[in-house]
Amino acid sequence: MNHDPAGLVDAEGGRLLAALRHLLAEKDIATPGEIAERIAATERASPRLGAAMVAQAWCDPAFRALMLADGTAAAESLGIAMRGLPPLGVLENTPALHHLVVCTLCSCYPRAVLGYPPFWFKSAAYRARAVRDPLGLLAEFGTQLPAGQRVRVVDSTADYRWMVLPLRPAGTQGWSAERLAALLDAGDLVGTTVPTARERV
Amino acid sequence: MDQDHPRQHHDIGGVPAFMCREVDTEPHALSDFDREVDALRQILGQKRVMSVDELRRCIEAIPEADYHRLSYYERWIRAIADHLLRQGTVTPDELRAALEQGG
Repeated sequence: MNHDPAGLVDAEGGRLLAALRHLLAEKDIATPGEIAERIAATERASPRLGAAMVAQAWCDPAFRALMLADGTAAAESLGIAMRGLPPLGVLENTPALHHLVVCTLCSCYPRAVLGYPPFWFKSAAYRARAVRDPLGLLAEFGTQLPAGQRVRVVDSTADYRWMVLPLRPAGTQGWSAERLAALLDAGDLVGTTVPTARERV
Repeated sequence: MDQDHPRQHHDIGGVPAFMCREVDTEPHALSDFDREVDALRQILGQKRVMSVDELRRCIEAIPEADYHRLSYYERWIRAIADHLLRQGTVTPDELRAALEQGG
């Protein structure tokens, strides 16, 4: 490797980060203030945003139609910042079809609406098995689908992100969007789990 | 095997070697290191110093044994360093000196 004959990139991660922080601040590419600001902005995204979208879709047919047609536009209509991010596609679960989202190549995840990807989403076991053994994988999340419901596994890419619109749980008629949103967590929104009428948050 | 071409080691969808591995479904809190690397990547993207594809190219260039040994964000910081060196944004001399000074 001509650009790194000494193998500097083999340095331990914490040392590499400290060295790059120093150099990039000096070059005015990334200052400590900018890094702190970006961390704070990233932490504002969380599964609560995706949960609010799903709850809204359960309550409002027009929003549901928009969300299925154009996830990015639906997110933006709720004030979620999507500018400069890859398009968001929304996969509609039905009694006959369940969706499971994976990124086999790495970890592409709808971060704008779900926040940081969970540890398991980035793991080799999840990435490898989702496409070959989805039912075995779901069982490890405590999820058992009804007999006869098909599973469609969707592979995210760096250029297109997916989230799942789960089925509205039975026994939630007349509930407000806020109350419905509390039933949802990140797994429900990528299909490793399915929501029930039991509160999650 | 069910394919004609050998895969690169990051392309692990359906690969038999991982089929018996259980998924660790427990939550893992991110460390300060993880958050800082993540933020740095976003800033480099926004400032067009490194695209997502450039990050991926450098992650995928990590030798297989290191790829599986390193944590997720350890891969990222290594890939970021690799990209900045390849591009000349940072020279090897600068990086060596900064590493010696402890950042």
